[in-house]
Amino acid sequence: MAFTDSIGAATIDGLAYVGGLARLTGGAAKAVFISPFQGKRFHMSRAIHQAMAVGVEALPITSLISFFIGAILAVNAAYELRKFGALHLVASAVAVSMTRELGPLMTAVVVIGRSGSSFAAEIGTMKVNEEIDAMETMALEPISFLVAPKFLAMILMVPCLTAWADFMGVLGGGAFGLAAASFTWGSYIQATLEALIAHDILTGLLKAMFFGLVITAVGCQEGFSTGLGSEQVGRSTTSAVVKSIFAVVMVDLVSTTIFYLTAPR
Amino acid sequence: MSPLPPKKDYIGAMTPMPVKASCAISVRNLRVKYGEREILHGVNFDVPAGETMVILGGSGSGKSTLLRTLVGLERPSSGEIYIMGKEFANISEDERDELRKGIGMSFQSGALFGSMTVGENVALPLQEHTDLDPSTIEIMVRLKLDQVGLSGFENYMPAQLSGGMKKRAAIARALSMDPQVLFFDEPSAGLDPIIAAGIDELILKLKRAFKMSIVVVTHELASAFLIADRMIVLDKGVIVADATTDEMKNSTQPRVRQFLDRVPEPEVTGEIDYLQMLTGDIPPIRQ
Repeated sequence: MAFTDSIGAATIDGLAYVGGLARLTGGAAKAVFISPFQGKRFHMSRAIHQAMAVGVEALPITSLISFFIGAILAVNAAYELRKFGALHLVASAVAVSMTRELGPLMTAVVVIGRSGSSFAAEIGTMKVNEEIDAMETMALEPISFLVAPKFLAMILMVPCLTAWADFMGVLGGGAFGLAAASFTWGSYIQATLEALIAHDILTGLLKAMFFGLVITAVGCQEGFSTGLGSEQVGRSTTSAVVKSIFAVVMVDLVSTTIFYLTAPR
Repeated sequence: MSPLPPKKDYIGAMTPMPVKASCAISVRNLRVKYGEREILHGVNFDVPAGETMVILGGSGSGKSTLLRTLVGLERPSSGEIYIMGKEFANISEDERDELRKGIGMSFQSGALFGSMTVGENVALPLQEHTDLDPSTIEIMVRLKLDQVGLSGFENYMPAQLSGGMKKRAAIARALSMDPQVLFFDEPSAGLDPIIAAGIDELILKLKRAFKMSIVVVTHELASAFLIADRMIVLDKGVIVADATTDEMKNSTQPRVRQFLDRVPEPEVTGEIDYLQMLTGDIPPIRQ
């Protein structure tokens, strides 16, 4: 009985959490896409500030990681492909893996580490310092003031970062191809373009947009649910990172399955 | 001093009072629950327009919950709150936000937005709720900071201010929309006596200059008696006294006397004392 009770309680908690994420996402989407047409103000300057922090400032680390991931992919692909004398397929293996999966996923991990955790810490600190309460007493809606700019910045910038990460990954694979697989830059790029189809790139970017949405929702939700005391901010931040990674993997699984089922054959 | 009525007369559930049009705030039969636990047990009181009401009470008495409910941060489980004659407790979020533009709140910690300068903090409500142009907002920010004695601090970050200055800046932000009702949560808590006296002076100045109705939650007795026109004392979620400052000084109500005379709670030594503490009955004051 206790076991079934605990399963029931965990299920209810899980559903309540997902409900909270949906409420937050719905509120932010309304503030971005609907409220400006109802005469309410959208904080575009805050969204631009967030976009710079989420996207532009993440470029160096995303570039570096993606370049190395591309190179690692190429090495691993070459390890198997050379057994079959098919080293020329390294370029297509890297291109498809980066655009469909590793580009969006590694970008999401970088964004979780940089931005998801920072959202939770920022909102959590504001909660502890009564700033969220102050906002409400001033008739400012925390979701439209705090979450909506982050939401817009993330759904725009995570796909942009992902596209850049795809490019850097291909570049990393190309570096290996040039050094160890008899490619030239021209032949490597040619092989990459032949391997890629628009569906691969677009599904990767669409996934990235969903990742951005989920990371924002989890980071902000953890911030808003911060308890009393500064140590709770640390817990919220850790929790935001762990839950965001889990949520991104879940979204990845579902979206990849849907894309597989709807892919052109 | 008019004798305080028996305890049951303070429990609004038994004797709800009619709402007076001349009051800035009227609270009727207010009950607030956290989960299954009721914190406020049917509270009734009025704050006449232009007066300062101080809410006194020990830790856990429910005074912070009462203040949070008055400014709309907690939803009551039942009862009514009227602010400037308009129902505030049982309305939609949009209606509540509209009414909130007419009230100001100064938090215990100041609650200034740490990522904004002092000037930006004060300007925020004006930017969000008015169509004033930036130069007019700039002038109004200077005016508000001048009113609280912080001229020239527009470009400081909250982290660069002392505790007293933070409270003043928070008051300037609370004043930015020219509210008719101002709420303070522990305005002098954590400040040295000189700075605390300065905050008290500022509250008195605001009341005199702008005829504001002010509600202050505090347990600083010296400050309370200086700034209050009326006081209520909360104990275990019930108002045990509602009187003018002079009446309060002379109150014979045991719990009020215990609070004002700074008499510690009796030690729980026996089973009956323990049950009294659990059930909320007023324990005898240690002589």
